[in-house]
Amino acid sequence: MSLQTSTQPTSPVQQALREALIAGVVSFGLFFFFIGLKTDQNIRNELVLVTRWGLLTTVVVLTMIVRFLYVAYAVPFLARQKIADAVTGLLPDSTGTKFFRVPFFIGSLALAAVLIVFGSAIVAWTGPNIGAYVTLIRAFAIIYAVAAVMFYGRAFIGRNFASIGIVSLILYPILVVVILALLAWSNGSANITSAAFQGSLKWVDNFGIQILIYVMLAWGLNIVVGLAGLLDLGYVAFYAVGAYSYALLGTHFGLSFWILLPMAGILAAFWGVMLGFPVLRLRGDYLAIVTLAFGEIIRLVLINWREVTNGSAGISGVPKVSFFGWFTFNVSDPNYISKVFDIPQSGAYYKIFLYYLILALALLTAFVTIRLRRMPVGRAWEALREDEIACRSLGINTTSTKLTAFAIGAMFGGFAGSFFAARQGFVSPESFVFLESAIILAIVVLGGMGSLVGIAIAALVMVGGTEALREMEFLKSFFGQDFTPELYRMLLFGMAMVVVMLWKPRGFASSREPTAFLRERKAVSGSFTKEGHG
Amino acid sequence: MAGKALLDIKGVETYYGNIRALNGVDVSVDEGEIVALIGANGAGKSTLMMTIFGTPRARSGSIVFNGTDITQMPTHEIARLRIAQSPEGRRIFPRMTVMENLQMGASLDNLKYYDEDVEKVFHLFPRLKERIGQRGGTLSGGEQQMLSIGRALMARPKLLLLDEPSLGLAPLIVKQIFDAIRELNRTQGLTVFLVEQNAFGALKLATRGYVMVNGNVTMSGSGAELLANPEIRAAYLEGGRH
Repeated sequence: MSLQTSTQPTSPVQQALREALIAGVVSFGLFFFFIGLKTDQNIRNELVLVTRWGLLTTVVVLTMIVRFLYVAYAVPFLARQKIADAVTGLLPDSTGTKFFRVPFFIGSLALAAVLIVFGSAIVAWTGPNIGAYVTLIRAFAIIYAVAAVMFYGRAFIGRNFASIGIVSLILYPILVVVILALLAWSNGSANITSAAFQGSLKWVDNFGIQILIYVMLAWGLNIVVGLAGLLDLGYVAFYAVGAYSYALLGTHFGLSFWILLPMAGILAAFWGVMLGFPVLRLRGDYLAIVTLAFGEIIRLVLINWREVTNGSAGISGVPKVSFFGWFTFNVSDPNYISKVFDIPQSGAYYKIFLYYLILALALLTAFVTIRLRRMPVGRAWEALREDEIACRSLGINTTSTKLTAFAIGAMFGGFAGSFFAARQGFVSPESFVFLESAIILAIVVLGGMGSLVGIAIAALVMVGGTEALREMEFLKSFFGQDFTPELYRMLLFGMAMVVVMLWKPRGFASSREPTAFLRERKAVSGSFTKEGHG
Repeated sequence: MAGKALLDIKGVETYYGNIRALNGVDVSVDEGEIVALIGANGAGKSTLMMTIFGTPRARSGSIVFNGTDITQMPTHEIARLRIAQSPEGRRIFPRMTVMENLQMGASLDNLKYYDEDVEKVFHLFPRLKERIGQRGGTLSGGEQQMLSIGRALMARPKLLLLDEPSLGLAPLIVKQIFDAIRELNRTQGLTVFLVEQNAFGALKLATRGYVMVNGNVTMSGSGAELLANPEIRAAYLEGGRH
């Protein structure tokens, strides 16, 4: 402190102004070529330079404003709030109680209700441009209300996180349909049920299923990367094996999904072992390079082995999943669901069914992971991650331990792959590029290696966040009409990664759950003795 | 020399690439003995320890344990013959709890004797019981060493290999650990093969000792003999004794 007395003390605002200016200069330099200039083709196919000074100015000014606000207000505020709530890990109580107040909560509920009921009327009156803001405000009101409920019930949520999560995942499609039915009713729509089911497609399919697929893939990869510590950059290969197994065997032999699901898993596990053998001696970055190559090999084989895989054109007409043969989701079938139950036709039934299917598969992955961690093989994986030499000198066969990790991780990738094929009805090598592996790995790392809950949250944020970008139509009024928010999903992904790694360098859930506890030692060790391992 | 040779190392040569680290080493450990191997840095003591476990493999010579030739055996199968090791640098599992570390030690029998053995380890090192739920990496150096030995004992070994158990520890802790080794040997008849730089402590503890210089065993004899030997006193004890 005494050292600083010689210099003139600056107020946060002064400093913020200076830093905002610097940020402006830096962002101008950074974005001048990326955003300010754009090459395009004109009508005569000539390359022309298009300038986008308006967009560049917007970005630079926004950067400056954010920097100013951050330095002038957020930094002092955060410094005051340094003491975090140690018990819940959420906002400090004082901040939380200031931010979440009962009148605000009631207000947000009322606002959300008004905008839900009269939303369409307001949009019709104001036009789509301002209407987008209405949707945004409604979304914020709902998010605030939900966050307030979570804040007040944080102790309860902290205690029962997993069960609350599972119950809300199970209720999710039902809630979506009910809310959409209410909306349709408020809009005075003629056919409430069909409108509700049709509207639920987006929420159940784009958000629910999409996120759950990544949750499952990340949980599967977590076995290899998080538990066994084998950095696998080619995980998408097993996803591809599963998808093509179902697509090929389903289209050529007409086998049912329920037979092919385990088969796809077994085939993927087989490929996992195939990959595992040559890389047994490798670790860390060397292993990463070889697995990366393996992922690419599988993709290139899929592209080039035209006789079997139909090359880049892919395989279409992959059969849908039936409800264990009781009823199907093909309109032409005699036992189509709406004929069996005498309800109106809709594609949403299939999506809702698929949602529950992937939810079940993901929960199976989680269940198996939790069980395995408490068994000798799971403990051996974790020990292998920690120290391979120590493992070997304790009599653990590191070869078979690594191979089981690869095989079981790959098996879940295969399950997810065959589900993916059934959901899309179409597979092509384009779905299995390296970027997919990178995203899955990023989710595992961001979530905190080895932590199932952390990984699920990371998948929700990453995949859900990029999907939510599609909904952010209001951004067009900021950045101009030709702005397509979803093109920036990778930017969001990258930013989220940087932010998480700065604040939580070991991922969302960085603490490892021990698998053995003193108070239940008898029970735990009793269950251990039954499992062989070698 | 009571009993038969439990571990018999004959003419073992080990190479790192083209560099010879062990130059035809002969060492034998009899049942019920504590044998200490002393020597300076880089003499090849730890290399011999690791060669017994097959990493790196001996290029020539033979290593026989309890009548089985283990020279070419995979490491994990050597461990299954009930040779346990507390390796150099302890190598406990840092993110796993003390309890999980001990469970890993007991994986040979699938935790069949876990409850029984863990009590023995806690009796030997009561400090570990206090730290049972703590992660291995957060333990102090002495506690980590206790955990490393405890983990090795969980495998119910016939032969315990200890690589520099006193490394980087306070004298009081070193004494505790040496006392524990002596107690194990006396009460359970456990055979111990010990590599040490702390020649004084090791030779006082040991029934017999070997001295290693530049990959060769240059001297051997009972612990007391070696302690009395003027050459050894000059090379390892005086000046080197803290």
